[in-house]
Amino acid sequence: MSEQPLLEVENLRIDLTVGGTKFPAVQDVSFTIKRGETFGLVGESGCGKSITSLALIGLLRHPLSIGAGTIRFDGREIQALSPGEMRKLRGDRISMIFQEPMTALNPLSPIGRQIAEMFVLHRGATWKEAERLSIEALANVRVPAPERRIKDYPHQLSGGMRQRVMIAIALACEPDLLLADEPTTALDVTVQAEILELIRDLSAAKGTAVLMISHDLGLIANMCRRVGVMYAGRLVEERFATEVFQSPSHPYTSGLVASLPLLGARSKYGRQRLKEISGVVPPVAAFPTGCRFNPRCYAATEVCGTEDPGVTPLARGGLVRCHHHE
Amino acid sequence: MLSFIVRRLLQTLPIILAVAAIIFVLFSVIPGTFASSMSDDGRSVLDAEVMARMNKEFGYDDPVYIRFGKYIADLATFDLGTSFRSRQPVTSVIADRLWPTAQLTLASMLFAIAMGVPLGFIAALRPGSWVDMVSMVTAVSGLSLPKFWLGLMLMYLFALVLGWLPSFGYGDGSLRYLILPSIALGVAPMALLARTTRAAVLEIMNADFVRTARAKGMSERRVVQWHLTRNALVIVLTTIGLQFGTVIGQAVVVEKLFAWPGLGSLLVDSVTLRDIPVVQGSILVIVLLFLLINMLVDVLCAIIDPRIKYS
Amino acid sequence: MKIRANLLIGGILFTAVVVAGLLAPWLAHTDPVMDANLMYAEEPPGTEFWFGTDAQGRDIYSRVLYGARISLTVGILSQLINTVIGVALGLSAGYWGGWWDDIVNGLTNMMLAIPSLIFALAIMAILSPGLTSLLIALGLTNWSFTCRLARASALSLKSQGYVQAAKVLGYSDIRIMLTQLLPNMLGPIIVIGTLGMGGAVLAEAALSFLGLGIRPPFPSWGSMLSDARDQITTAPWISIFPGLAIFITVLGLNLLGDGLRDILDPQSRTRRA
Repeated sequence: MSEQPLLEVENLRIDLTVGGTKFPAVQDVSFTIKRGETFGLVGESGCGKSITSLALIGLLRHPLSIGAGTIRFDGREIQALSPGEMRKLRGDRISMIFQEPMTALNPLSPIGRQIAEMFVLHRGATWKEAERLSIEALANVRVPAPERRIKDYPHQLSGGMRQRVMIAIALACEPDLLLADEPTTALDVTVQAEILELIRDLSAAKGTAVLMISHDLGLIANMCRRVGVMYAGRLVEERFATEVFQSPSHPYTSGLVASLPLLGARSKYGRQRLKEISGVVPPVAAFPTGCRFNPRCYAATEVCGTEDPGVTPLARGGLVRCHHHE
Repeated sequence: MLSFIVRRLLQTLPIILAVAAIIFVLFSVIPGTFASSMSDDGRSVLDAEVMARMNKEFGYDDPVYIRFGKYIADLATFDLGTSFRSRQPVTSVIADRLWPTAQLTLASMLFAIAMGVPLGFIAALRPGSWVDMVSMVTAVSGLSLPKFWLGLMLMYLFALVLGWLPSFGYGDGSLRYLILPSIALGVAPMALLARTTRAAVLEIMNADFVRTARAKGMSERRVVQWHLTRNALVIVLTTIGLQFGTVIGQAVVVEKLFAWPGLGSLLVDSVTLRDIPVVQGSILVIVLLFLLINMLVDVLCAIIDPRIKYS
Repeated sequence: MKIRANLLIGGILFTAVVVAGLLAPWLAHTDPVMDANLMYAEEPPGTEFWFGTDAQGRDIYSRVLYGARISLTVGILSQLINTVIGVALGLSAGYWGGWWDDIVNGLTNMMLAIPSLIFALAIMAILSPGLTSLLIALGLTNWSFTCRLARASALSLKSQGYVQAAKVLGYSDIRIMLTQLLPNMLGPIIVIGTLGMGGAVLAEAALSFLGLGIRPPFPSWGSMLSDARDQITTAPWISIFPGLAIFITVLGLNLLGDGLRDILDPQSRTRRA
């Protein structure tokens, strides 16, 4: 597999401009996604996962903007594309599912029409053809009676159904890359599994690469081959998903793993408190010097407060950004 | 849909009744009798005998509750009484005035919509630009202008100095006569519509579903056409409905200034002449029109917005 | 940055009008009512009569200054009455709910169904023209927005922890409403009040213009304008200056209200545009 990766992100920096001052909300983020691969980004809210994904699809809006670095999609640098070329890419070859299915669909437009727009925009279909195609698309995401459902408005559907519609829209043009930003966070637990399964099955069937974003390490580990852990705008660890649980390298990752409830753990280790990571993610304007995790880190030493840790390759594969990695 | 309209009609019925009662109480109980109010205006001095005769003729000798009962019963048959002055049925007096008022309010609302909505739209598409600044300064100024003064100034400039348009009056009812009064009346709703439209568009521009539309690869023009306009329309339409009512109310001043023979100048003249049945009748009709328009807007919104349930 | 501009300009305009009204006896050149002199009728603006004179030869500059007193008195007091009524009804209705809420709701809906200028006009038709009548007419007819707002805030606030805590502590209902609920809804109410004041100034001018508010010869801006129409061909300045005074006052209040809203009630930008 020496082929060129589908997506290459190199030293990405995203600036937040407040009153003329630029703060790096995301900094030095690099990762690659191969064709058909599933890659997960995990971290607490406010650590820059969502804006990273918005940068990939070219949807950052003021006060956020790409400050440095390159994003190459299929060998082409997307910052060099004209707005028109970017629009052609968007939805057709890179598409996105958002967290909130309640508000991500236009309340005044029937869902069939909202799916059909994809075929009109990217396939040059007539509205009539597009309607037929949207029925198929709905059937693909396992919505029952799709020919009747296309006339429904979003408020007539449950949250899970709406997220299915979102997936149908995102996968309508069989994109190469699907960005899924917390696609199940707003849903009932029972529905979450169905939606994840749907995303996994459909992307596997068409060879779509997936960038899955979540604060839930367990979900990411289940869905993805490789995982990137983000903290305060930086990628602090990048590993194969299977290894993250067994041997987390970065103290932050260890903290995330320790805070997960494990089924059967109680019988094994007796009644134990779940461990939490103390403190909160600092705001963008107040990132600490040195390692950004140092104020919350149990292993922090003097060097962590002064020197920015570099990226270290791990012996078993993967990367970590820590002075004292395990 | 029909049941929705019927239900909305039924909902307004108690309000109409309450308004009728208030008007009745205001004019029939507090100021005493018709005849005593006649002598209040200082111009006509009636002797006691005439007063007694007139009170009897108009039924003002009856106790209040009987008069109220009669009033409501008459209302139910669309009888608003008889004018003290012209001795004509109030309904026919009002009917003559309806068309000019309808012309004026419609024309001024058309002006307000045609100017205000695009202004707010353009401003919202470029927030912080000079277009935005200029239109919002225009809007807040428009809201602060006294209509009759604006009317006076328009009259002075366009009728007296430039001589382009007639200064006042209804004339033959043609457009030339309508222009100045409807601008004077339409500037305030225009300003408000510009502000509402701007706020609505800005809010929707930041809505999640607009981000979805962009993520689909839509151009900004398509986003506006396919997703923004309809959503903004619902908000703007509600404001238009509310403004219609305010305009009918405010028309009083503008009609008086331009000697426009509408419901408003009828109301003011009747107040000055203390022609109580006409005053009561015109207020009631104005309120009815206001309620009717708001109902129409509700129905329109229900057609556009599927979230509003008919049942 | 724009917030500051709103507040600053609005504040300056409004303060200027207040100062003009307060200092009218010292700033005015002549008595606004008594000093009529037909010798000087319809003099154009100049060094002696800054804003010109009217048909009776009265100094318009002096009359405009005194007019500020009437406009501000009516604007501020009537809006205060509206605010008190609106808050009292809305707050108690939201807090107590039940039949009282139904009554207040019905009342509010009815008030909203009658255009407020028409309602005020009806009241003025019954009362004799004058300041007190104006205060009654304008003070009783424009409280529905405040009432709705107070009711909605009371409804959402009453389930809050600190309100529940106050209840458990045995505070009386009135005390809870005044000390726990009212302070938390004050921002938006001040905003509506400021904008309402502008509306009241306009309404006073309109009623006086129609001859139903302040009657001539007293110098209300509205009544000055109602005299002015007949002289618009020969002496347009009689119309220009009182109208400008109304415009500046209302503009000041509206800008002030907008500016205050940006500070006090940031989430409501769309509620009343």
